[in-house]
Amino acid sequence: MWKTLHQIARVGIVSEPAPESDEALRVRSALQEQILAILGRALTVRQVDAGSCNGCELEIHALNNPVYNIEGLGIRFVASPRHADLLLVTGPVSRNMEIALKRTYDATPDPKLVVAVGDCGCTGGIFGENYASAGRVANVIPVDVAVDGCPPSPQRILAAILTAITTPRARERGR
Amino acid sequence: MAPHRSLIDRSTPLPGCPGVRGIEVTRDAWRRAALDLAAAGGRLLSLWADAQPASVHAAIQCDATLLVLRLSVPDVATPYPGIADIYPAAQRMQRAAADMTGIRSTDADARPWLRHAAWPVDHVPLGSTTAPARAPQTEADAYAFVRVAGDGVHEIPVGPVHAGIIEPGHFRFSVVGEKVLKLEERLGYVHKGIEQRFTQIAALDGHRLAARVSGDSAVAFSWAYCQALEGLCNSALPQRAAWLRALALEAERIANHLGDLGALGNDAGFAFGLAQFSRLKESWLRALQAALGQRYLLDYVVPGGVARDPTHDALAALVECARDTAHVAARIRTIYDEHEGVRDRFVAAGSVAPELAKQLGLVGFAGRASGQEQDLRIDMPFLPYSELQVKRALRTEGDVAARVAVRFDELAESVRLVEAIVARMPSGDHACEVGAPAAGTAIGLVEGWRGPVMIALTVGAHGAIQRCHPHDPSWQNWPVLEHAIIGNIVPDFPLINKSFNLSYSGHDL
Repeated sequence: MWKTLHQIARVGIVSEPAPESDEALRVRSALQEQILAILGRALTVRQVDAGSCNGCELEIHALNNPVYNIEGLGIRFVASPRHADLLLVTGPVSRNMEIALKRTYDATPDPKLVVAVGDCGCTGGIFGENYASAGRVANVIPVDVAVDGCPPSPQRILAAILTAITTPRARERGR
Repeated sequence: MAPHRSLIDRSTPLPGCPGVRGIEVTRDAWRRAALDLAAAGGRLLSLWADAQPASVHAAIQCDATLLVLRLSVPDVATPYPGIADIYPAAQRMQRAAADMTGIRSTDADARPWLRHAAWPVDHVPLGSTTAPARAPQTEADAYAFVRVAGDGVHEIPVGPVHAGIIEPGHFRFSVVGEKVLKLEERLGYVHKGIEQRFTQIAALDGHRLAARVSGDSAVAFSWAYCQALEGLCNSALPQRAAWLRALALEAERIANHLGDLGALGNDAGFAFGLAQFSRLKESWLRALQAALGQRYLLDYVVPGGVARDPTHDALAALVECARDTAHVAARIRTIYDEHEGVRDRFVAAGSVAPELAKQLGLVGFAGRASGQEQDLRIDMPFLPYSELQVKRALRTEGDVAARVAVRFDELAESVRLVEAIVARMPSGDHACEVGAPAAGTAIGLVEGWRGPVMIALTVGAHGAIQRCHPHDPSWQNWPVLEHAIIGNIVPDFPLINKSFNLSYSGHDL
């Protein structure tokens, strides 16, 4: 126990400030300001790997580390789409995952935000569309924010999530 | 002379990784060869089929040789003799080969493996580049799971969408109370047509797709691809490039073990481990970004060398970070070892005895935790591993605790290798020009962090990729996980699963 506590004390607090939201990542604007006022930043996220190479998942995992400390911002990954406000989806969407992704989307309550992650989630990436790949996430479910990169850095993924829960006007007011 | 020796003597060397040889066998000799190699201690590394010309290939490692058996299949309607009774790992590979090429084995289990509802049974992905004639189904297909019957037995279906941040797959548990009687996996959900895609891109761009077969093994796959390609290009890799590739491969091993050692602590209810190791991993990734230009080295290994030559100072900083990492990891290892609760979860969970591991063909670090000592860096070394004397990690208990111990040992050894590589880094170019590849088949073979990664590359007459088969060690290890969970309780599955941490994407292709 002493060793554990000693190690915790030795490391201290390593969390860094969160990035700003980024309007350039927005695909569509669906979020009402009234909803945002209720939601604030207490956001729950369900991650769905719809066919990725698992590279994006590695950087999404990093959001939970003490440096990015996503829970410190009030944002939490949850185990069921029924508990989620936002789906964080990596792609390309494989045709074998198409039904599962649609069902996950249907099971998610409003506001049902969707952030597409990575080059493949945004465009189909290097895999493109073929007999087994349906390509970008927006080909299968509506997308609010899309963040490219292979894989995108944790800061960029976090900026994309924050963009999804910021309306342009709220952002202006916040200045 | 032993029969396997005579086989190897009659074979011819294949370009690419040193020690790889190929031999054409007749239908009658195919099973005989597989049996002879098995009797000599051989292990199946991969089995795949080509649609044009129709053929089946089995890559079997016997000591310091990888022998690729090639069987022509003149009549696709007549199944070729299956070898799953000799090498159980072949079973799913044979089913996948049938899905991709229409070439079937005589094996009794003829259920589709990678093909779900997405494309019709008569569509052969590697036989045509046109889209399937019919639209994909909109309903999930019915898959014939093996049913377990009896008093109090019930099923728990899990997935394809899992509860954590992980890849999709389906697990069907048959349980009594909390105890697992049987687990049946169903994979293929992230099948995205990688093998067909390879045939649509230029040979000199193939390393980018190879790196994305399984993102966590990007260096292993892109190196194996480049090794095969360079074998056909007849270009001599600059020494510095080879050493930098090994630096990247060990860096990838360190990153993955750091991530998993934290996640394993977390799965045992010890969140401290996750916080500590994920911080260490973040520091390591930032050091890689500073030295090699990328956090994850998806575009570092390129044909002819590597993408960036790190400065002397950057390498020194990387070594410094590696030493710090090893130091803190050793401290946390003591904490794990002395923590009653963690030991209680790790010890005896998900055991795979050495005999079972050998029979099923368990590979990689998981194999080394169950007494299977093969490590390509030691058994079939090429530059710079031939000069590095990699120390083998080995345990025989085969449980979660053993896999954790092997990971800790390999983490420490990789840090030592990073130091040794930087200390002995040759000067010179970090990359060379690569000409157009000649027609032919070459094999790339690299011991990735998870186990042996193989690329079989065939280049056609005009320098285009005719066929490329990437093989991830998860193919061998997924079926073993079904055995590891038997008799354990359902709540231990995430922990046992994480101790192997197998790739879905690398397997589903």
